[in-house]
Amino acid sequence: MNTPNTYIGGHVERVEDARFLRGAGRYIDDVTREGMLHACVVRSAVAHGRLVSIDAEEALAMPGVHAVLTAADVTGEIPTIPFRRPNPKIGPYAQPVIARERVRYFGEPVALVLADSPELAEDAAELVLPEIEPLPAVVTRDAALAAEPLLFPGTTEDNLAAVFTAGKGDAEAAFAGAALVVGDSFSTQRQTALPLETRGLLAEWDADAQHLTVHGAAKLPFFNRRAMAKMMDLPETSVDYVEHDVGGGFGARGEFYPEDFLVALAARITGRPVKWVEDRREHFAAIAHSREAEAQVELALDASGRILGLRGEMFMNVGAYVRPNGMTPVRNCAQFMSGPYRVPNIALQATAYVANKTPAGTFRGPGRYEGSFFIERLLDMAAARLGLDRRTIRQVNLLTNAEMPYPLAQIRPSDGSRAETSCDSGEYSEAFHRCLQAFDWEEKEKLDGRLIDGRYHGIAVSCFIEGGASGPAETARIQVAGDGGVEVYVGSSAIGQGLETVMAQIAADTLGLPMECIRIYHGSTTYLAEGWGSYGSRATVMGGNAVREAALALLARFRALAARRLGVGEAEVSVVGGQAVGPDGAVLDLADLAAEGLAGEAKFLNSDATYTNGTAAVHVAVDPETGRVEVLDYVVCDEVGRIVNALTLHGQVTGAAVQGFGSVFGEELPYDDDGALLVGTLADYLVPLATDYPRVRCLSLESYPSPTNPLGAKGAGEGGIIPVGGAVANAVASALRAFGVAPNHLPLSPARVWALLNPPD
Amino acid sequence: MKLPAFDYACPETLDEATALLAEAGGDAKVIAGGQSLLPFMAFRLAAPSLLVDLRKIAGLDGIEVADGEIRLGAMVRWRDILDSAALARALPLLPAAIGHVAHYQIRNRGTLGGSLAHADPASEFPCIAVLCGASVDVVGAGGHRTIPADELIAGPMETTLEDDEIIVAVRFPRWPEGRRWAFDEFALRHGDLAIAAVAAAYDMDGPHIAHARVAVMGATDTPQRVPPAEDALNGRAPDDDTFGAAAAAASAAIEPTEDLHAGAAYRRALVGTLLRRALAESCAREREAAE
Repeated sequence: MNTPNTYIGGHVERVEDARFLRGAGRYIDDVTREGMLHACVVRSAVAHGRLVSIDAEEALAMPGVHAVLTAADVTGEIPTIPFRRPNPKIGPYAQPVIARERVRYFGEPVALVLADSPELAEDAAELVLPEIEPLPAVVTRDAALAAEPLLFPGTTEDNLAAVFTAGKGDAEAAFAGAALVVGDSFSTQRQTALPLETRGLLAEWDADAQHLTVHGAAKLPFFNRRAMAKMMDLPETSVDYVEHDVGGGFGARGEFYPEDFLVALAARITGRPVKWVEDRREHFAAIAHSREAEAQVELALDASGRILGLRGEMFMNVGAYVRPNGMTPVRNCAQFMSGPYRVPNIALQATAYVANKTPAGTFRGPGRYEGSFFIERLLDMAAARLGLDRRTIRQVNLLTNAEMPYPLAQIRPSDGSRAETSCDSGEYSEAFHRCLQAFDWEEKEKLDGRLIDGRYHGIAVSCFIEGGASGPAETARIQVAGDGGVEVYVGSSAIGQGLETVMAQIAADTLGLPMECIRIYHGSTTYLAEGWGSYGSRATVMGGNAVREAALALLARFRALAARRLGVGEAEVSVVGGQAVGPDGAVLDLADLAAEGLAGEAKFLNSDATYTNGTAAVHVAVDPETGRVEVLDYVVCDEVGRIVNALTLHGQVTGAAVQGFGSVFGEELPYDDDGALLVGTLADYLVPLATDYPRVRCLSLESYPSPTNPLGAKGAGEGGIIPVGGAVANAVASALRAFGVAPNHLPLSPARVWALLNPPD
Repeated sequence: MKLPAFDYACPETLDEATALLAEAGGDAKVIAGGQSLLPFMAFRLAAPSLLVDLRKIAGLDGIEVADGEIRLGAMVRWRDILDSAALARALPLLPAAIGHVAHYQIRNRGTLGGSLAHADPASEFPCIAVLCGASVDVVGAGGHRTIPADELIAGPMETTLEDDEIIVAVRFPRWPEGRRWAFDEFALRHGDLAIAAVAAAYDMDGPHIAHARVAVMGATDTPQRVPPAEDALNGRAPDDDTFGAAAAAASAAIEPTEDLHAGAAYRRALVGTLLRRALAESCAREREAAE
């Protein structure tokens, strides 16, 4: 007899990998169409200025150049890119899809060249000459906080796109009664998510059918379809976003960008397929940046180390416009700074200011990475002041399962996204203890602060929560094909996270079938009437539960059809292992009933966040003469409610940790005083190489399923990056305790660590 | 980041190649491995009208370790240097330095002639050539000449080569028995451009250092000898005090460059640290060899 499947929870190897490792992946640049034109975006080399004219004459005269589109080719108002989470204040800051009268950042699109080859398009783009009268560039916080509106005079009153408050309890009273108040200034540097595959689009316009197809979807195709349809003045059903293989997203890729509209417009105007593949240099200036945050925050504690209150203000440089998810890091930083800790009183304010830099968006763990860095530094500073062990000060404040659901701070103004939210489940000290045990804290502590062979050793521990399962819904449809194979369509997108594997596991277990029978289709608007996508660590929870429910619906249908075929009551049919068995032992396979429309659909609704919790511990060695920090050991333990696939989970956690090391040690997007971006290559933007951080260990727990969904799963794709800044900075501080340095400003590049020890006179 | 249009020639003789270069009058570029030229073209920092490929020209490869000198053909690739047992014995400093060049794939492509002609201040080979007093053989439309390595490098990304000249070989004087050497480099990730690197070589005259040579790269706008550091070594015992004094002298003597990743003060300190450590390592290596 069949036994229940147990793919869920197993170490199931990724079904995608055979394709990728053999070079058989099909990315957007692999997609071609007969007669297609290639686009090259002409971008402003001036950070702020009045766009006077664009001279494209010479470019247009080049053989093989078909058109140079500018704002003049857009009929009517220039469309602006919609917000994912609108709020009244940010309206005027939306980005027009192409600059018409004013440019506001280095790299802003001003024209689009269409030519027979990408090389020709780039040659021609060099000959397109925008005349721009420069205006003073607003680069710094001080400049942006000036009273008058500098970027949007006439439509805004100042340069503040939004001011969020996160509140809870009575912070003022808490601080008044505190035994200790610690506070300081902190900052995290501007970065970008840097998916290894740059963005790309191929748009096709079918004039007869009045239908637009955009290839190159990622992350949230249905939202983008809606945005595109509105801008193009088409019904939603006349636009499709099609996903191919995607080489990483990390929050930045797949949002609606100016190029989405421009490439589609080009296809519509020329009547030919138009392809644009971003190059790495323009990627740095064009894709969303993130993480540029400054904070002045304080923590109030009692003498035993219990947190009484958290207050302060943060300032985020969100660049020249508010992009679809530009406010997410800002509001998240305020709402989630309290992390996994019991913080009864909170008064935080997060101000998003605009400046002449590339507009910001999300990057894995948006706002959470920044906030975690701030509070974890404060906790170590408080522990030192109170003479407490750095473990103790965390232990006494970690949430217990008895307190669940535990409300976090409320965000105002409400942006329709969890203005109120609560931690869902978990005994947070369990991951903490498991982490420290695996790390061997007691043994490593003997090295803490010691100089050994020319390097100072330091350790630190940092705890986090990760919000997941962004609502409100996800959809799935499952049908049995004529060959007995099971086709699963899901609204989630694959951005490299192993979606096909995880969805196949869930479908196979629910249906009681081998995974090999399952075929997963995802991420394209052609598969489902509505859907959401992959962001906010939601695919496993939202898509996974939708697949599960669709599979259950299919089984119900199977039972009903089988009963009818066998002429028995439904209750008399047992369904096991993809077979329906009648009371007399008659057996029907799924394939036997496929012709009768064997399918199931589901829309899984859930607007409650899941909260994975975890702890990371790190051991570093700091070379005081070069400033180089080596990560000797890094252990992260997370409690994810339910492990669907231990391999992909650990892949996510390890990858996120390494990405976090990139954030802490080197990745930075510096600008000069005129607002020019100074980084345009991977020789200057220092992402970790695969071999750079070999010592990352992760372990996962599943003792506290999330009550928010039947699978009990929690989003777990981002948690790995959240604690890295605080953990590493605290370890460096501990290593260099003899010098009393305060590594409060990231990144901790060798030159900056050296400068901590050798401050300029 | 697509290459601009260019013509391409792949001559089979040096005469043809130099004639093509002369004809183009400065508008052509020689291509060997393409390690640096192709990225430059992709970024449109260089847009030569013609690329003259050296790959079919005979006699430009080969590593010859003879009695008087070591001759390396201009098309010798980093991988060849790292794989050469003869070089590891005769000029161990060179493979030690070349091990820091870029990444596996690039080391299979990049050539030493290309590196010299490109004259990137953060390149290892020009630094070793300058330190060792290597001679660079070049051929132009008008004939042959030999240029001392330090005279070839005129500035950052700048050489004294004429437009029609091609580097054909580099000759290093053989080292005496027992010469000690030192190399250390600091890059943000292994294989990245050096923030700073130091190279040194010296002989022992009884208990004292003699014929010391010290060079710096990455931290300065050209690879260059540092005479005050050499003076601090010569005639002294190879101990921590001497190395510390040489390191301090090197730090004080250089004019460090600044960029996104490192300021001048940091580079100045780094040069001293690297030199002190590398020199200490040169003695440790001797001790290990003696054991």
